[in-house]
Amino acid sequence: MSAFLGYLLNGLAVGCAIALIASGLVAIHRVTGVVNFAQGTFAVVAGLCASSLLGLGLPHGLSEVAAVLVAALAGLLTGLAAIGRPGTTPLSSLIVTLGVGVLAYAVEIVLWGDQPRSAPGLAGSVTVAGARIQTQHLLVIAVTAVTFVLLALFFGRTYLGKALTACASNPYAARVVGLDVRRLGLLAFALGGLLGGLAGVLVTPLRPISFDTDVTLIVNGFAAAVFGGLTRPVVALAGALLLGVAETMAAGYGYGSHQLEVALGLMLVVMIVQAGRRSTIHQEAV
Amino acid sequence: MIDVTGLVVAYGSATALDHVTLSIRPGEMVALLGPNGAGKSTLANTLAGLLTPASGTVTVRGRLALIPEGRQLFPDLSVADNLALGGWRSGQRDPAPVYTLLPRLAELAPRRAGVLSGGEQQMVAFGRALMSRPEVLVVDELSLGLAPNVTSGLARHLVELNQERGLTVLLIEQNARLAFELCERAYVLESGRLVAEGDCADLAGDPRVAGAYLGGAIT
Repeated sequence: MSAFLGYLLNGLAVGCAIALIASGLVAIHRVTGVVNFAQGTFAVVAGLCASSLLGLGLPHGLSEVAAVLVAALAGLLTGLAAIGRPGTTPLSSLIVTLGVGVLAYAVEIVLWGDQPRSAPGLAGSVTVAGARIQTQHLLVIAVTAVTFVLLALFFGRTYLGKALTACASNPYAARVVGLDVRRLGLLAFALGGLLGGLAGVLVTPLRPISFDTDVTLIVNGFAAAVFGGLTRPVVALAGALLLGVAETMAAGYGYGSHQLEVALGLMLVVMIVQAGRRSTIHQEAV
Repeated sequence: MIDVTGLVVAYGSATALDHVTLSIRPGEMVALLGPNGAGKSTLANTLAGLLTPASGTVTVRGRLALIPEGRQLFPDLSVADNLALGGWRSGQRDPAPVYTLLPRLAELAPRRAGVLSGGEQQMVAFGRALMSRPEVLVVDELSLGLAPNVTSGLARHLVELNQERGLTVLLIEQNARLAFELCERAYVLESGRLVAEGDCADLAGDPRVAGAYLGGAIT
């Protein structure tokens, strides 16, 4: 029972990290309509940055914040490449983000090499109902909870957040009232970079990160984001938690090498179910 | 207030507006008539700066607001948020002045714009445009899909704004009777070209205009 609880709590922490990646995907897609396949790259860049900065002797906190800001900048640059040219369609932008992800491999290998790197996180563990959970896992859960509350407040209560929602809701109307849809899209990319970076600095102490870790991160994040139809962050959070728990359970009960397959399988099921629901809605509308 | 000279707007190889020239003086309320596909909305979007002309000049003196065809609200946001975003350019976020003019919007304020009736949505679109404190208002199809009593209510507000506050209005309409009733002057656009212009009374008496837009001579 304690093993099960342990897997559950650790799974929730893994799910939270996935949720941060997914929320970045959702933030960008909601505003620009672009599926950003470079989202995992932001986490890798932040994780590698944090590792280097901590290695240089910078204190905790400062290193992580700086790494997250670098990821936000990476998000902004990706946005400039993806939507900077007026008239770029979301599909073309998607291809650009794939290209950015591949380009990032080269940059990361030049800067950090091709070997996995780690970074020290919060040491120690606590025991909950007989199950041991690392303090870093608790930090991931706490930071994710705070981040989602802040995101909800930002999109639901602030003028800028509502302007971003307006861009997603009706881009033409957004332009009619004078919103600079392109500039707000770039802001969404920077926000996506920030959220991805947050995931990166939180995950690096738990799992060594290398240039190609983005594949696992984006597959998981995309699976969770698809769960929320790429538009609903809270549903994406639920999907991410489900995914994190499923993967950790699979690993815990001896199927560790099949974690990615679990994510892909879940994503496939969700996409098939959603496609079925959409066609039903369409038929009802007709 | 608005001067358009030799305006050409194209979508790829298709010309939507072909050398259009028109002028609207401050405080005027002018109608633009035309069938579907004539280029009316293209002109509205060009005046609002949303489309770039291929050639010609567009001069708008003063702040212009557009009420687009089909309302084009933010359906997921509340009426209050829709109005607040209308003030993005002007910096006016408090919808109180608009509520004074359109009290019904105060009652609708917390409701999601996407669930409102067509008439209520048009009122929100109207209020949202006013939030930018415009000096020129371009109304693209005020009456589209609305019951006559709803249209006349909104038209009354439009006339009030024009006559009492000096708002310059370009009313783009397919409903020529409404346009002739509200405006003194009108332009007629067909296939991207202006084919007639003049006082509404004269145009209503023009057999070609009356036949095409009024179902016969006006009485």
